[in-house]
Amino acid sequence: MSVFILRRLLQSVAVLLIMSLIVFVGVNLIGDPVDMLINPEADQAEIARVIRDLGLDRPIHEQYWYFLVNALKGDLGKSFIFGEPALKLIVQRMPATLELAFVALFMAVVVGIPLGVYAGLTPESKISKAIMSASILGFSLPTFWVGLMMIMVFAVFLGWLPSTGRGETTSLFGIQVSFLTLDGLSHLVMPALNLALFKMSLVIRLSRAGTREVVHQDYIKFARAKGIRASRIVLVHVMKNIMIPVVTVLGLEFGGLIAFSVVTETVFAWPGMGKLLIDAILNLDRPIVVAYLMITVLLFVVINLIVDILYSILDPRVRLQDIRS
Amino acid sequence: MNRSDGRAGHISEIRVETPLQRFAADFLESRIAAVALSVLLGIIFIALFAPFISPTNPFDLAVVSVMDSRLPPGSESFDGVTFWLGTDGAGRDLLSSIFYGLRTSLGVGVASGLIAMLIGCSIGLTAAYFGGRTDTLIMRLVDIQLSFPAILVALMLVTILGKGVDKIIVALVIVQWAYYARTVRASALVERSREYVEAATCLALSHKRIVFRHLLPNCLPPLIVVATVQTAHAISLEATLSFLGIGLPTTEPSLGLLIANGFEYMLSGKYWISFFPGIALLVTIVSINLVGDQLRDVLNPRLQK
Repeated sequence: MSVFILRRLLQSVAVLLIMSLIVFVGVNLIGDPVDMLINPEADQAEIARVIRDLGLDRPIHEQYWYFLVNALKGDLGKSFIFGEPALKLIVQRMPATLELAFVALFMAVVVGIPLGVYAGLTPESKISKAIMSASILGFSLPTFWVGLMMIMVFAVFLGWLPSTGRGETTSLFGIQVSFLTLDGLSHLVMPALNLALFKMSLVIRLSRAGTREVVHQDYIKFARAKGIRASRIVLVHVMKNIMIPVVTVLGLEFGGLIAFSVVTETVFAWPGMGKLLIDAILNLDRPIVVAYLMITVLLFVVINLIVDILYSILDPRVRLQDIRS
Repeated sequence: MNRSDGRAGHISEIRVETPLQRFAADFLESRIAAVALSVLLGIIFIALFAPFISPTNPFDLAVVSVMDSRLPPGSESFDGVTFWLGTDGAGRDLLSSIFYGLRTSLGVGVASGLIAMLIGCSIGLTAAYFGGRTDTLIMRLVDIQLSFPAILVALMLVTILGKGVDKIIVALVIVQWAYYARTVRASALVERSREYVEAATCLALSHKRIVFRHLLPNCLPPLIVVATVQTAHAISLEATLSFLGIGLPTTEPSLGLLIANGFEYMLSGKYWISFFPGIALLVTIVSINLVGDQLRDVLNPRLQK
């Protein structure tokens, strides 16, 4: 087990190094670093000073070393627009994005699993077919356009829900959250549902496929033969067995929610780190872009590592195969 | 007379179907897929011939007038042209803009899909055919890339590369190649151990010939399915990037940009500027996905009767 974790840890560090190299090469070799990292409004003396500070007058391998050392110290440059460390700005907005992603994940599970199980239990019924068609639509609909249409219907025509911002937030363990106030909730519903739609379709499909496989197993037949109530068979015996693939895939997809929140946050003007990224790209505020990319890459590597380890605990075959190879 | 008729009928009954005919018949068995295919063909027709069938040219500044801006669907311009889907903020006819937008969106999606397929297939085949260290290295790379969501990879690339049609295509190719490589490798690995490959090796055919003439044609079915799904993804991703303002330049408005243009008017209830381009995008993506779904069923030998 520890050999497995160690190997995966080393792999993660390797991926981080590769990604940092790609971002570094992208910013410093393909683009002009002076252009990209220095405020265009700076004067000559300022430019010369920053070039020295960033080590841009040194050979390229030393520059990369500087970049790495600074990144490890948590110094990823200062925002041109806000004049504050880029990392601090991103960390400030992270709770908003995480809240959105968690609520979306919750919605996807709470709506997706019952619908999927129902469609799996009665594959031929009209309702099941409607659910499956809806899930195809959920895969095909472009997220940003659905967001716009939601704003149009619920904010403009019906006037039920607000279309922008986070609303009133309260402090929970020192973090600002929206979901505890009514106003915050009304702001949260639309963006979270918008972000959840794609994953909801995925959960529906996964739990339907799982259910259809499980209901033909001998232990279900045995449970039926014993005279166990149908509701108990579904809620305990079926559910337990479809949860493994659903949980694994959702774990892996959580990172996708955070990445995709870039789109939802832009549509609903949700003040998270995705909105910060798009604003930074449009305003050419590169330190923030670089910092965002490095942070998300780190986040992803950590999520993948955790899922890998959890998976190896759930399924020993993965672990053994990896050690043998 | 009667006898010869009977015989003719009998002969046509035992007529041998070519694989292509059987494929077409299987495909059209699903009515939804048949409808999706005809819609898709219609969209491709519109995209190809947009300059000839558009009511007006949305890029011709002599025709476009700011006087006509933000007109609701069905209204007429002051020189008598009917705007069936209304006009956008600059007074361009929305229907014509959508035709031209489809052209850009489909063009970018298909071009990037084809290039990615070419690169991904070559790499995937190389990995499967040579195996060993080459295979491990390539597949590690594929795994690493696929562990990041496409939108994140695309954002990263667009930030580094900048705006422009060519740059977006490059970004989409880099996003997609790994899917093709993985698919081709998986089916090539199965095919490689078949007798016909062994026979070809015994005949001392060159690596190139075995890979491209023997392995590749047998890996086609899953590849076709992945290609349809990936093209739909590419179109959707490009629209998303353009909507965010970091995709195609405004001189080449794709559907995503048209939708973004309508965003600011949405809150004042002028829904049509974003609504109709979105419907066009949706119909395109749904029909490609439905065609892909049916292809998957038809091409899957395990589901064949």
